[in-house]
Amino acid sequence: MSKANLTKIRADIDRRKLINSIFALVSMIVIAVALIILLGLTLKMAIQGASRINPEFFTSFPSRRAERAGILSAWVGTSLVMLVTALAAIPLGVASGVYLEEYTRKNWLADLIEINVTNLAGVPSIIYGLLALGLFVYQLGLGQSILSAGLTLALLILPVVIVTTRESIRAIPNSLREAAYALGASKWQAIWDHILPYSFGSILTGVIIGLSRAIGETAPIITIGALTFIAFLPDSPITTDFPYISFEWLQAPFTVLPIQMFNWVSRPQADFEINAAAAGTVLICMTLGINAIAIWLRYQLRKGIKW
Amino acid sequence: MVTDNIFDTMTTIPKAEVADLNFYYSSFHALKKISMVVPEHKVTALIGPSGCGKTTLLRCFNRMHDLYPGNRYEGSIWLDKDTNILSRKVDPIEVRMRISMVFQKPNPFPKSIYENVAYGLRVRGEASRRILDEKVEDALRGAALWDEVKDRLKESAYNLSGGQQQRLCIARALVADPEIVLFDEPTSALDPIATASIEELMSALKEKVTILIVTHSMQQAARISDYTAFMYLGELIEFGRTKDVFEQPEQKQTEDYISGRIG
Repeated sequence: MSKANLTKIRADIDRRKLINSIFALVSMIVIAVALIILLGLTLKMAIQGASRINPEFFTSFPSRRAERAGILSAWVGTSLVMLVTALAAIPLGVASGVYLEEYTRKNWLADLIEINVTNLAGVPSIIYGLLALGLFVYQLGLGQSILSAGLTLALLILPVVIVTTRESIRAIPNSLREAAYALGASKWQAIWDHILPYSFGSILTGVIIGLSRAIGETAPIITIGALTFIAFLPDSPITTDFPYISFEWLQAPFTVLPIQMFNWVSRPQADFEINAAAAGTVLICMTLGINAIAIWLRYQLRKGIKW
Repeated sequence: MVTDNIFDTMTTIPKAEVADLNFYYSSFHALKKISMVVPEHKVTALIGPSGCGKTTLLRCFNRMHDLYPGNRYEGSIWLDKDTNILSRKVDPIEVRMRISMVFQKPNPFPKSIYENVAYGLRVRGEASRRILDEKVEDALRGAALWDEVKDRLKESAYNLSGGQQQRLCIARALVADPEIVLFDEPTSALDPIATASIEELMSALKEKVTILIVTHSMQQAARISDYTAFMYLGELIEFGRTKDVFEQPEQKQTEDYISGRIG
């Protein structure tokens, strides 16, 4: 190769590498800005609320006096609603995803369902609240209860769970499906023994994204009539009498952390803002907690599963 | 068609008989009026250039085409002269329990070595630890893998080399005592040493099972098979003893392919 040619190639490589470096730098700045803003907001809230975060804050009911008010009913409500949401959304969403991916024939009906499921993910949450108010609260007579709220949020996150389930299942190499079928596995055996275990880690990611969204939702919960001030807990799920398990709590009126926060923020007294900040910090910690559990579970499940 | 006089010269019993088999991928006519036999306890090789339909024919034997929409069979493959495995009345699961398959690329499950082999029995509901242990060991010995893995049965199958993974897949295919084992270019992803060990294994296996193998390598077909079918553009051009097909092909196309003029 001639000297001139080589110089030209080197100049060209330098130019292309420069463009590459510029893009990397811009991306880094953008992500740094996003992270710093998020971190700043969270830290400011945590610092503002820090003085109120003590054991009594978790064990006290709301009160008219800011320094005595706590989030007992709110965090219990949030936990129970999330439990109902997870129990309803995970089986329903995963089963729908499996059905759409493994069982349906690919035709116009499947396409229609696919488009609709994807669109559902974009429907504003208040619309789900209105649907739930009409359907769960009045039509089915479930009342303004934990059960209604949990089912509403389950509907809300169902599209996310379905879509991620389908994507995780699609990511499994076809060669593994064929291996299972070639050994005489039925469809259900192939799904239960192979497809679900191998895709569970990714499905979990979708479930967590959904639950993280649901835990912060306020609008649909207000729509179905959650109380903003509540000074008692739902019945305990464990009783001293036979059969020791009670489902009364499902029927109980409730409140959740975002509503408690909203309630405090809208008060004129400045003291309640500290309460709101503290409750917000707790809410973020709960979300991070769910995420941490998910990451740990995923790590455990993915050990030894790779292709 | 040369298959007619093969029946007379055949000294072994046919394990499977393909009769007037046509196969369609939607509107594409992939196999055209195939008729041949698969002799029992022999190695039968399917050879031919890319796209000739040899893998398509192989996958008819365990109804693999049923997994995808739009595929259609016509004609029959008789197993033991009494069961047409292409019949709608025969469940593909039943067929796959009698005829197992080893794929082109090793495809072990992301599970332990033991569980990979045991799965062939677990689908049948076998749960007895003693029987599982025994059969897994037999299958791994049958696939000449036992000595290499006996101390690491709990390890992931993905820790094995490519050749070992393929032998693991063979063990998995053998564990439930199939009648026919289908091999779809089993050595095309392997190095020459691993290839040699798999070929050696196949010659040993025909004592117990009937083998049908697709190979793109004519040398491999010549080395390991007893009977050879040459296919071209979806048709079966020639079928006979490997020695005859390679040394005195009756058809011009076979001769051209074997001598390297087409392919």
